[in-house]
Amino acid sequence: MPGFDFSHHNRNAALHAQGVPLPKATSTGTTIVGCIFDGGVVIAADTRATSGPIVADKNCEKLHYIAPQIWCAGAGTAADTEFTTAIISSNLELHSLSTGRKPRVVTCMTMLKQHLFRYQGHIGAYLVVAGVDPTGVGLYTVHAHGSTDKLPYVTMGSGSLAAMSVFETQWKPKMTKDEAVKLASDAIQAGIFNDLGSGSNVDVCVITPEKTTLLRNYIKPNQREQKQRSYLFKRGTTAVLKEKVITREEISKYVTVQELPSDDDVVVVEKMDIDA
Amino acid sequence: MNHLPQAWGRPRNAILGAYNPSILQPSGPKAHTTSPIVTGTSVLAVKFKDGVVIAADNLASYGSLARFTDVKRLRTFNRRTVVGFGGDVSDMQYLDRLLLSLDIEENYGSSGHDLNALNLHTYLAKVMYKRRSDINPLWNQLLVAGLDGLDQPFLSSVDLLGTTFSSPTLATGFGAHLAQPLLRKVVDDEAKVGSVTREQATNAVRECMKVLFYRDARSLDKYSIAVITKDGVELKEDEELENQSWAFAEMIKGYGTQTV
Amino acid sequence: MLNANSPLASGPSYSFATPPNQTSTNIKQHSFNPYTDNGGSTLGITGDDFAILAGDTRSTSGYNINTRYAPKVFKIGEDDGTGESAHIVLSVVGFAADGNALKERLNAIVKMYRYQHGKPMSVKACAQRLSTILYGKRFFPYYVHAILGGLDEEGKGALYSYDPVGSYEREQCRAAGAAASLIMPFLDNQVNFKNQYIPGSGEGHALEARKATPLPRAEVEQLVRDAFTSAVERHIEVGDGLQMLVVTKNGIEEIYDPLKKD
Repeated sequence: MPGFDFSHHNRNAALHAQGVPLPKATSTGTTIVGCIFDGGVVIAADTRATSGPIVADKNCEKLHYIAPQIWCAGAGTAADTEFTTAIISSNLELHSLSTGRKPRVVTCMTMLKQHLFRYQGHIGAYLVVAGVDPTGVGLYTVHAHGSTDKLPYVTMGSGSLAAMSVFETQWKPKMTKDEAVKLASDAIQAGIFNDLGSGSNVDVCVITPEKTTLLRNYIKPNQREQKQRSYLFKRGTTAVLKEKVITREEISKYVTVQELPSDDDVVVVEKMDIDA
Repeated sequence: MNHLPQAWGRPRNAILGAYNPSILQPSGPKAHTTSPIVTGTSVLAVKFKDGVVIAADNLASYGSLARFTDVKRLRTFNRRTVVGFGGDVSDMQYLDRLLLSLDIEENYGSSGHDLNALNLHTYLAKVMYKRRSDINPLWNQLLVAGLDGLDQPFLSSVDLLGTTFSSPTLATGFGAHLAQPLLRKVVDDEAKVGSVTREQATNAVRECMKVLFYRDARSLDKYSIAVITKDGVELKEDEELENQSWAFAEMIKGYGTQTV
Repeated sequence: MLNANSPLASGPSYSFATPPNQTSTNIKQHSFNPYTDNGGSTLGITGDDFAILAGDTRSTSGYNINTRYAPKVFKIGEDDGTGESAHIVLSVVGFAADGNALKERLNAIVKMYRYQHGKPMSVKACAQRLSTILYGKRFFPYYVHAILGGLDEEGKGALYSYDPVGSYEREQCRAAGAAASLIMPFLDNQVNFKNQYIPGSGEGHALEARKATPLPRAEVEQLVRDAFTSAVERHIEVGDGLQMLVVTKNGIEEIYDPLKKD
């Protein structure tokens, strides 16, 4: 059968019309920007991810790797930006391998717009694509419906207007790298402090023909102050209703148990931030 | 984003669910303002140490049509207060008549007391809240700029729902998104108003009018600006934006793969 | 080929953004919504001889900040003319215009009571009156969550919390507004010691629950600050400033602390 299959769409529409709530996606109600400078391009993003009015992640990463010299800033549905950039990154590498050339920013942008257009806006990815390739510097925006823009400075996300106001008053042609980094991070901060969908820290990625520099948490203007009280509970505060001890012999039936050399060499898998 | 006047006061479906108005209507529909027709866009204002600067462009739009290009949206009251109007223009003109009758009433055989900006704001807030409570709103967002009873700079806002708030810098409509971030860079705190000069405030407002003309499709490069101090109101209604920069446009070629 | 029966071709399209819509009346839709939500949060805690009411000072509309300083906690019954000082505090959160109207009505009533009876209104009476005011607009409610605070006849801290149509209750502590669901469990645990047991007091179900006792003022102020700095971390509509009104037998003290502005 040629053409599109709308059966899932029909099912969802029918369920929706009957009042079945659809799942709420984590969206990065975001500020992302990009700006060309003399000899390269810089992109930047805030680090707040939200689910409705709740902050889902205070320090998420919105700058995505595409190729060593091509990076993407993503706004919209978190999962969509994540997977869309991953799939295009993968395809672009295969393309680069088959042609034996370095990947180009226009290629990346074209693949993204064609992918997104195919899904008619249902993939909620709003992207700023930036990079340097053998043809020069590239900076684009790609909207979820597949339209693109090519401009010397761009902004996207819920904080795009706050960020754009900074560009419109301070941008000038042929800026130095440091000037561009300052301008981009100022634009992100305008979003952080004026748009509720944006917040926390500033991430920056600088791409020049020589190298790519990812400045994770370049500015941290929103560090939480020390709590007034300690919230450590005395051991035994929580009621224990049932206790069951699983011995090593028992668990060995299901998994391999390995002895660690000594107590001092305990491997910390993940450290949690709790009160001292 | 709901910077468009026709979206003001509309339910945010994502949060509240679809608005069911049937309980408000025992019979058929009644003709009240349910959406603005001819509209004005942003109004901006900033406090400085001796007073307030306020500005609005001279455009009245009819949907996406730039219908009237010489409409004054700043109105002085009592020679010491300025009200800036965003939203529906006919409702603005009704409020203008209302303020005129108020002015006459207050000055007719008055004992020398007159209404200051704070008094006027309180009055307008009550008018707006009463009209929203009658489900017959005046589709505007107003900024009231002037001096309060202690001759301190006063700046406050009222909208079609009767919501009021005050801040060292205020902007309505598109300006709330585009101008407010810039204005807050000039004064972000009530305590710092005392260190802002008239020039700083005026320059910031003029710069913001330019950014709004670049990015707000319902704006104009002709605008009114008023400065209110103890010495009275200085209102200029035929200002034009200066030093616009469109140089970047030359370097743009296409939107994607095109290079020539 | 596009299926003719598909929603894309035939009817209104649905999306994740639009909620289900069942209203289809033949009456023309009235598109004016007289309510909005201005965000923010408030909370109140009482002690043996004081009551604290606190609220953040951010006012929002959508993703915008209206102002970084819009108080949500008010003194009720203060009169500059007569020098009469207030002994009741009210916090309102929800739709700010309704909150303001409600505050002004209650304020006028408490003042009139003083003039007509020659004595200040008791918190208990004021609490009952507030309930009546709210219920008076049962079918066009004040869209607010109110909390009233003061000292009762014995000088003990008193706190009353309300729903938008006037149902009310005296409580030890209450959080309201946007981040109420974040703050209230914290208060249950830290003020009323819910889910806390006395270590070693028994085995299993015999374990003794930790009894709630009124907390000292300094400790309560710390809890309020921690509740708000935490709410700021996780709720986008809470921030900018923290305003606290503390009612004691010596009058009402106001404390302001900055909060994060992002």
